[in-house]
Amino acid sequence: MTEQNEYPESSRVPTRVIGTPPADAPIVDTDPVRAPEGVPGVIPQDPVKARRAERLVALLFLITFLAGAAFIASYVIFQVGTIDKTATSNYALGGTLALALLSLAVGLTIWVRRIMPKYSLVQERHEMRSDDDTREYVKETFLQGAEESGFLKHRLLRRTLLLAAAPLGLAPLVLLKDLGPLPGTALRHTVWGEPTKDGKPRRLVVEGTGQPIRAADFNSPGGILSVVPEGYEEDLNALAKATLILIKFRPEELKSGTNLNWTYDGIVAYSKICTHVGCPAALYEQTTHHILCPCHQSTFDAADGAKVVFGPAARPLPQLPIGIDEEGYLVAKSDFKVPVGPSFWERGDAEAEAREKAS
Amino acid sequence: MNAPPKAIAGASTFVDDRIGAGNFLKRNLRKIFPDHWSFLLGEIALYSFIILLLTGTFLTFWFKPSMGEVTYTGNYAPLYGVKMSEAYASALHISFDVRGGLLIRQIHHWAALLFVAGMMVHMLRVFFTGAYRKPRELNWIIGILLLTLALLEGLTGYSLPDDLLSGAGLRITEGVILSVPIVGTYIAFFLFGGEYPGHDVISRFYTIHILLIPGILLALISAHMILMWVQKHTQMPGKDRTEKNVVGAPFYPAFMIKAGSFFLFTFGVIALLGTFAQINPIWLFGPYTPADISAGSQPDFYMGFLEGALRVMPAWEINFLGHTVALSVLIPALVPLGIIMTGLALYPFLEQWITGDRREHHIADRPRNNPHRTSIGIAGITFYGVLWLLGANDEISANFHISLYTTTWFGRIAVFVGPAIAYWVTYRICIGLQRKDAEVLAHGVESGVIKRLPNGQYIEVHVPPAEDIAEHIRGKKEIPILEGAEDAEGIPPKGARGPLGRLRAKMSRAYGTDHVPLPDGHHEEVHEAEHAGVGAGDRKELH
Repeated sequence: MTEQNEYPESSRVPTRVIGTPPADAPIVDTDPVRAPEGVPGVIPQDPVKARRAERLVALLFLITFLAGAAFIASYVIFQVGTIDKTATSNYALGGTLALALLSLAVGLTIWVRRIMPKYSLVQERHEMRSDDDTREYVKETFLQGAEESGFLKHRLLRRTLLLAAAPLGLAPLVLLKDLGPLPGTALRHTVWGEPTKDGKPRRLVVEGTGQPIRAADFNSPGGILSVVPEGYEEDLNALAKATLILIKFRPEELKSGTNLNWTYDGIVAYSKICTHVGCPAALYEQTTHHILCPCHQSTFDAADGAKVVFGPAARPLPQLPIGIDEEGYLVAKSDFKVPVGPSFWERGDAEAEAREKAS
Repeated sequence: MNAPPKAIAGASTFVDDRIGAGNFLKRNLRKIFPDHWSFLLGEIALYSFIILLLTGTFLTFWFKPSMGEVTYTGNYAPLYGVKMSEAYASALHISFDVRGGLLIRQIHHWAALLFVAGMMVHMLRVFFTGAYRKPRELNWIIGILLLTLALLEGLTGYSLPDDLLSGAGLRITEGVILSVPIVGTYIAFFLFGGEYPGHDVISRFYTIHILLIPGILLALISAHMILMWVQKHTQMPGKDRTEKNVVGAPFYPAFMIKAGSFFLFTFGVIALLGTFAQINPIWLFGPYTPADISAGSQPDFYMGFLEGALRVMPAWEINFLGHTVALSVLIPALVPLGIIMTGLALYPFLEQWITGDRREHHIADRPRNNPHRTSIGIAGITFYGVLWLLGANDEISANFHISLYTTTWFGRIAVFVGPAIAYWVTYRICIGLQRKDAEVLAHGVESGVIKRLPNGQYIEVHVPPAEDIAEHIRGKKEIPILEGAEDAEGIPPKGARGPLGRLRAKMSRAYGTDHVPLPDGHHEEVHEAEHAGVGAGDRKELH
């Protein structure tokens, strides 16, 4: 800005420069500022231009008609079934539908903008509040009605009515009780603690194939398996707590956090259910022994009792005591010693309790 | 045309004879709607909702909200023979065996995203222009309820297909519910009908998703519309526009057709997205099992800020007396949502408390003219935006080769520092824009004409701004300031006593002080006239 601030005589100065708004057109919106003719605030369009616009609108409406017809034709012509067929049908149906809708929309817009008049109509606003007389009348009527009803005078009526309402208000809540069983200690146990039908310890089987795992065959250090309990391969409720990751270590890799009594020949089993909010902690990095949960990036050190290295999880992944049965297959020696999965109010410091019990 | 066609006249007479519809139409046919592009943002949300109702109804004809196990024998070959829930099988059936099913499913999902996005930008428009002020506070609160319900509606909706991705969302929902102190475990067991995942949650979410929440949404949207209609729309400042009028186009015929065409635009664009932009390809994820997950699992965008909050939270957990409070879950799940929603709901009333402004407002503010409000809004967006971005920190880490932990630490710091920086920067920008406005009024705009003065100096000639620009700028309103000065005896006025009162007076001064008063004398006159009917308490000390 220069220090020059006087307005020059207008005759010498053009009214508009490129990049600045025209003096006779609006900036705030599209309504013209120029004085209206006829009905104030309703500025009719130039009939010649309106006629031209009409032809354009008619063309657009025609396109909508054709696209709509094509939509129906596409429905009949293109069948679904395979991925490719579905894709073709989807493109045909969606393309024609979108064309029909958009063409109609553009047509209507041109109709409003080029054929209908420009409007700059003014309507008065009134304060929202009622006037004082009305308020006074309502107040009087309310008091009179309250008096007539006897609600104020008859105290017994008033009190018993409130009393009557209370249990009815609670009824819907009571009815919801059977939505589910009470939690009890369900979250503290998994199916690993239940022996099989013939009383033997439960085998670990590979998720997906259901194959039991022979300890001698799972012998390459760094190997990892997703493991589920035998007999519960497809029970989602059981899997939501009992799924394991099984990792084979060299003996020297294991650190003090891992309970060696619960391992077998360098094979360690941790709960796969993240202690943060329960996603399966499914990613494993062999070189660092880090288990990573893909949901919120809680990271656990698998070599050191799956203690938390990073992220929002507050507790290590619980370790499952494992051993082998007489045929050499991996089995659970007992249930987890602490509840698996996300924290909950009744959980308490189960790790400390477990340590106390063990010592 | 001198008389309406017989069919219309006959029907109108029939209706009017019975319910007196003429009176209503007389008042409303030519109701004036002001024009501004930003007033269309809310309509996007409204039309998306209509599209959601239409496409959702279509989907219910085939969807089976059951967790019963079936073996898939449909047309999608890669999953043939796989055991899955009936819900997932029917979602696949809609996608591959029903003509137009995939299209409608994708339109439904895109419309849901646009519904929430439309509500958000509409809400921001209302916030930054101060359109929530008296008398519109009730409609503002209805709007916030709508947004909260829409988030829940989205959550219950994307859990329904029971694929691996939606199951991951459900699992996180369960983990969050479990973290609630005292009642969390019970709520989880009641919601899931026992242990997670159980056999009930899909059918229960279905009822909530297609009946309960849409019913409430429909009722609240109707109330939102009725209040808007009764209170009339706000308008931007400009020529001939005052607090006592509305300037614009009539409902019949112009606005009606415009609204119809905008609905078609919205539908058309969503149809384009539904056709060409694949969304939620459930067939790629496979059926849900709690034992598996795919890396890079992301919720829909409107849940991203909660996801981000969960990711950046440090691992805090309290154990006492045999009980556990999982702060690492509880805080991110409740606090950001609480800050944003409660802050928004209370803002109109806090602002009134600070400014003491009890007048009705129908002229929208330009955001620059209330710099503190605008800065608070941008700080809020930054807070939300950082959390939202961190909801995808694994993708950011993978695509930009930044260590995952670095992104998390960046988020932990940025979520506090970012809003503060944003506040300051926004405030400076607002003041700068106000100065520019003042300059335009005081010195005019550059004309592009170079003039040589008799003494040889060259200057650029300035011309006064166009009338409507000038009026638009002069629409700036002063923000009232509470009387906080001490009287002759050193006693502050009643409202400004005590620590709270002093703070209030101080905040009022900061919030309302106009650092860039408009130079034009004309403004002063307008201002005097407007203030004539307002109590002296609303006056500013400085003019």
